[in-house]
Amino acid sequence: MNDHIVSTYDDELKEVRTIVTQMGDLAANQLREAMLALRDLDIEKAKAVRLSDKKLDAMEVTAERTVIGVFARRAPVANDLREVVSALKMTTMIERMGDYAKNIAKRTFALSDGALVVMPQMLDKMATEAHQMIENVLEAYVQRSAEQAVAVWESDEALDGMYNLTYRTILARMMETPEHIGELTHYLMIAKNIERIGDQATNVAEQIHYAITGDNLEEVRAKNDETSVELFEQD
Amino acid sequence: MNNATPETDSDARHAKPKMAAKGVNVFYGDNHAIKDINLDLYADEVTSLIGPSGCGKSTFLRCLNRMNDTIPICRVSGEILLEDENIYTSGIDVVQLRARVGMVFQKPNPFPKSIYDNVAYGPRIHGLAVHRSDLDEVVTTSLEKAGLWNEVKDRLDSSGTALSGGQQQRLCIARAIAVNPEVILMDEPCSALDPIATAKIEALIDELSGRYAIIIVTHSMQQAARISQKTAFFHLGEMVEYGNTTEIFTSPKEDRTRDYITGRIG
Repeated sequence: MNDHIVSTYDDELKEVRTIVTQMGDLAANQLREAMLALRDLDIEKAKAVRLSDKKLDAMEVTAERTVIGVFARRAPVANDLREVVSALKMTTMIERMGDYAKNIAKRTFALSDGALVVMPQMLDKMATEAHQMIENVLEAYVQRSAEQAVAVWESDEALDGMYNLTYRTILARMMETPEHIGELTHYLMIAKNIERIGDQATNVAEQIHYAITGDNLEEVRAKNDETSVELFEQD
Repeated sequence: MNNATPETDSDARHAKPKMAAKGVNVFYGDNHAIKDINLDLYADEVTSLIGPSGCGKSTFLRCLNRMNDTIPICRVSGEILLEDENIYTSGIDVVQLRARVGMVFQKPNPFPKSIYDNVAYGPRIHGLAVHRSDLDEVVTTSLEKAGLWNEVKDRLDSSGTALSGGQQQRLCIARAIAVNPEVILMDEPCSALDPIATAKIEALIDELSGRYAIIIVTHSMQQAARISQKTAFFHLGEMVEYGNTTEIFTSPKEDRTRDYITGRIG
């Protein structure tokens, strides 16, 4: 594609892309740090995650201002319009990823106060998968690849599957050790947080696909999260 | 969003185009200025023609009421139908045609006559008003439709050329609609006007769009996006893309359209 005749327009779009990418990198890092803090019940690290979330919030504000500036100055159309609208939505989604990571850190404080309950191993696997989704979706964004975006979009199913498994595992442990239901509930919520991060990465993938192609990925996708529609039955 | 059939809804809505260009080519001497244009224009729509200078959009517009006839080296081939009748067949009364297909130009060009006479001129020569009271009626309603009545009702005898640029342009629109046209052609009607006068013309186009087929050539992409339902992009004498304006400005199908409207080629 040609550059714009007005080169400062290209500079502004580049600036938007840079902020979105930096936000994505920070969100991925937040998830990793939150999981390390959780594994070691490391309070200092958990505090650092909560502090970094403020930085992510501030970046969202900067991104918003930058995009509004592009609208005001350039009245973007066609692919430029799709790009800046998508960027605006993506920053909100990435900021939400950060909120979920922050929530994991918050629960780490609670868990470090209570009885020592071993962390379900599946949480680590889920976090690794979600982290990979963020990295892949950022790669799709940087490479302007609709195909890579679709691949991320499809990979959410695997994370949903892991969440279902984790949910059942934690529920089983609750029955085995009802005295730890408090701690295990925190782990269950953490699993849900990670699953939601995957959902946000999927939403980002949809935005990238729209920005590049102008087409919406199927609005109704196969939902693999069964836990919200089933009741637990005790044997 | 279904890219394959973006026009389905509106196609079903209006059965027959008011005007239709079929395989239209225009030559200026050896210069092939317009290449095989096929385009339907509907009665209840505003159609914008956009494209860089020299792309042929104004040339095409001028074919629609045979304004190109006045250029000796200009040759038009193909068919342009107005209600099934080819306007280029011999025996067509061109004066009559231009009453049915009116035109508003880039630079407001009122006659050096009174405001009243500017509007009354067309109805007079076409015999649309016999009595003075009929003529008064046509002048009043035309000026009202053009959104100019309140500004000029107390000075209908003043010269049309004494009005401001925006008012002169609305006077020219009143003059065009005084003869009950079916189609109004506008060749960059706002490019000589300030933003406020432009906004008034755009509001007027919006008002008139239900009553006449309006085809407008504009250099302002934002104007095309604001006022038209259909947009055609011309480049190097070809019509590169035609479709719903919203589609064209969010997801154009052709790379050339995209590069032009986003400011990558000029």
